Amino acid sequence: MFAFLVRRLGQAVIVMLVISLLSFSIQDQLGDPLRELVGQSVSEEIRNELREEMGLNDPFMVQYGRFLKNAVQGDLGTSYFFKRPALDVIMDKLPATIDLVIGATFWILLFSVPVGVFAAIRPHHWFSKVAMGVSIVGISVPVFLTAIFLIYLFAVELGWLPSYGRGDTVMLLGRWKTSLFTLDGLKHLLLPSISLASVILPLFVRMIRSEMMEVLETEYVKFAWAKGLHKRRIWMIHAFKNTLLPVITVGGVQLGIMVAYTILTETVFQWPGMGFMFLEAINRVDTPLIVAYLIIVGLIFVITNTVVDIIYGMVNPMVKITGQ
Amino acid sequence: MNKTIIKLGAITALAFSLPLQANTLKLAYDADPVSMDIHEQLSGGTLQLSHMVCDPLIRWNQELGFDGRVASSWERVDDTTVRFNLRKGVKFHSGREMTAKDVAFTFERLKASEDFKGIFVNFTAANIIDDYTVDLITDGPYPLVEHTATYIFPLDSEFYTGNDERGRDKGEIVKHGDSFASTNISCTGPFTVASREQGVEVVFDRFSDYWDADSPGNVSKIVFTPIKEDPTRVAALLSGDIDFAAPIPPTDLARIDSNDGTDLVTMSGTRIITFQMNQKRNEALANVKVRQAIVYAVNNEGIVQKIMKDFGTAAAQQSPKGYLGYNDALKPRYDLEKAKALMAEAGYADGFDATMMAPNNRYVNDAKIAEAVAGMLAKINIRVDLTTMPKAQYWPKFDERAADFMMIGWHSDTEDSANFTEFLAMTPDQETGYGQYNSGNYSNAEVDQLILDSAKVTDIAKRAEMLQRVEQILHDEAAFVPLHWQDRAWAAKSGVQIDKVVNVMNFPYLGDLVMD
Repeated sequence: MFAFLVRRLGQAVIVMLVISLLSFSIQDQLGDPLRELVGQSVSEEIRNELREEMGLNDPFMVQYGRFLKNAVQGDLGTSYFFKRPALDVIMDKLPATIDLVIGATFWILLFSVPVGVFAAIRPHHWFSKVAMGVSIVGISVPVFLTAIFLIYLFAVELGWLPSYGRGDTVMLLGRWKTSLFTLDGLKHLLLPSISLASVILPLFVRMIRSEMMEVLETEYVKFAWAKGLHKRRIWMIHAFKNTLLPVITVGGVQLGIMVAYTILTETVFQWPGMGFMFLEAINRVDTPLIVAYLIIVGLIFVITNTVVDIIYGMVNPMVKITGQ
Repeated sequence: MNKTIIKLGAITALAFSLPLQANTLKLAYDADPVSMDIHEQLSGGTLQLSHMVCDPLIRWNQELGFDGRVASSWERVDDTTVRFNLRKGVKFHSGREMTAKDVAFTFERLKASEDFKGIFVNFTAANIIDDYTVDLITDGPYPLVEHTATYIFPLDSEFYTGNDERGRDKGEIVKHGDSFASTNISCTGPFTVASREQGVEVVFDRFSDYWDADSPGNVSKIVFTPIKEDPTRVAALLSGDIDFAAPIPPTDLARIDSNDGTDLVTMSGTRIITFQMNQKRNEALANVKVRQAIVYAVNNEGIVQKIMKDFGTAAAQQSPKGYLGYNDALKPRYDLEKAKALMAEAGYADGFDATMMAPNNRYVNDAKIAEAVAGMLAKINIRVDLTTMPKAQYWPKFDERAADFMMIGWHSDTEDSANFTEFLAMTPDQETGYGQYNSGNYSNAEVDQLILDSAKVTDIAKRAEMLQRVEQILHDEAAFVPLHWQDRAWAAKSGVQIDKVVNVMNFPYLGDLVMD
């Protein structure tokens, strides 16, 4: 186990190095950060002086070397817009994004298993057919469209829910600014979390359904029927448990992908998380923040994949993560 | 049981003892100011902040005249001197009284600011005559002293003097980084900054010692949320989560106007949108007949109607109506037959190939406008290769003069006609900075001279004649393709009387805002 974690740590470092090199090499294509820092009538001469001062005129390898040297000391650069260390800015925005992901995960856990299992057991039931139809729509409609539709229906027309922002927050453990524990915060979370879940949930429903249907066809399930076991025991203990294995693998990866979808959801809802921050950073050509964000997201992917592998090893005794 | 009742009682008492925030204005613009330092970046956001937290010497009114603010009156003493008499009893947020010393301090700081020093280039000094009198001195006769004085928001000189606990000079202007002034501010305006989370929310409280006791404004607190996405901002207004929102995209104007609980205010704007034609890159464009043909071929009134949904005014010159240089004789001149005839006369009946670039997130409907113009030019056989891109990538391309046609919009920082020509149409000159945004390389010695001379003429009628002459020449020589002036729109919940505080410069005077 320990050796496995150490190896994973090494891989994480390599992944982050590659990401930093890639994001560093595209930053010249993003535009000129100076344009966002000065007014329109400032002369090219002054802009060039500033560029020189900020070290933006240095050769690529010099800039990258300087970045790496600072990065190993935990300094990922200073955001041009926020005028604070990029890592601090991201850490400030992270809680909002995690609230959103928790909200969406809640909907996924609540609905994916019952609906998926039901659709597998009773494929011809009208509810299964409706659920499958809706899930196709959910997968195909882009998340920002769902979001705008929800805002217009529930905030503008019906006036039940707030249209943007995060609402009241409370400080948890001195660091975690969360909206999960206030009524106003939960109201604000409702629409964004549903929007975010709307792309991932259908995927889970369909995956659980197809896996479960496959499992129901296997010999040992047929044997269980022949033994005359109660149908609930067959579905829940024999079949469903074995359905979960691929779901965990794909689910872990999806969790990482969800972080990508937060960019769209947060932008539409003006949700002050790190996805919204990232899109803004691109518009402002805030390159240190862009690079730092990509590195952090890379880290999140590596961590979720590692956790998934560990869980997989626990669920399925046939798999030994240590490779013995 | 008893404990519960006591607890409930305590909570109720607490709830009632909270001050009633009867007049909280929930405000949403598309962006929040980048810094609390009002001299760090010359941008709309900075000026909006300045008018909330500070007060200028004098300010523009809705008729484009000047009202005295912390200066109660002003007069021209001689060709190079304008005297400003300051109001007595004007308090800074720190509690200090404002004097001439603070004005002189602010003037020097503006002269040192990379972004603002361009506006003050003709000014040599701010001389303190006594505690309540300041003379602004120019290097020659200068007609725009009042225009420039609207940029002087006196800062608290003592607040910005010395070092803070981290050893930084409090007055220092830092462009890319943290400074004392970028997070702290002491000014004389109607609001103080209560809290600020950049990009998320700024809360302003009414300043209790505000000097302008006659102001009708009754807003005691402003919660300002930047909402980047147009649909979200409009939805927030329609659902009542926001009291005052701007800008409003053209597609939502009708809906907000017809909606019961919201009011819309529009004004014809001052930002001119144009295409420049690069005479150095494409020899066809050096031919005046070809340039004229292009202007005749572009149906800018149609663009305003169809693409801008009448949310703009078709233009035939740079200066909007109300500006000194506005030439009444110049009208949009769409005439396709004439355009074709001119192309034939110029020897380009078969047309030519040209490249075009435009941003896609800088001006209202910019990419769609560029597509329309490219389509219109196809009718006179100019085959346009159009590229649109986000503004972050567009500006470096613009600096490279990377296409034959490039879109540029311009708003005059001085609200004066000469500023357009200085940046867009004068012969490009690295030394002086004139023609910095003249990607067409248009050059006319007479225009250059007229603009340079106009900067020394204080006789308004004579100056107007010179500036109108410039517009005439640019029009006749088809120096650029004029499209339209973008309109401005603001919207608010009914009962929030924004119509009296908004202005064409787009810095609403929220200190004077009345809400029911």
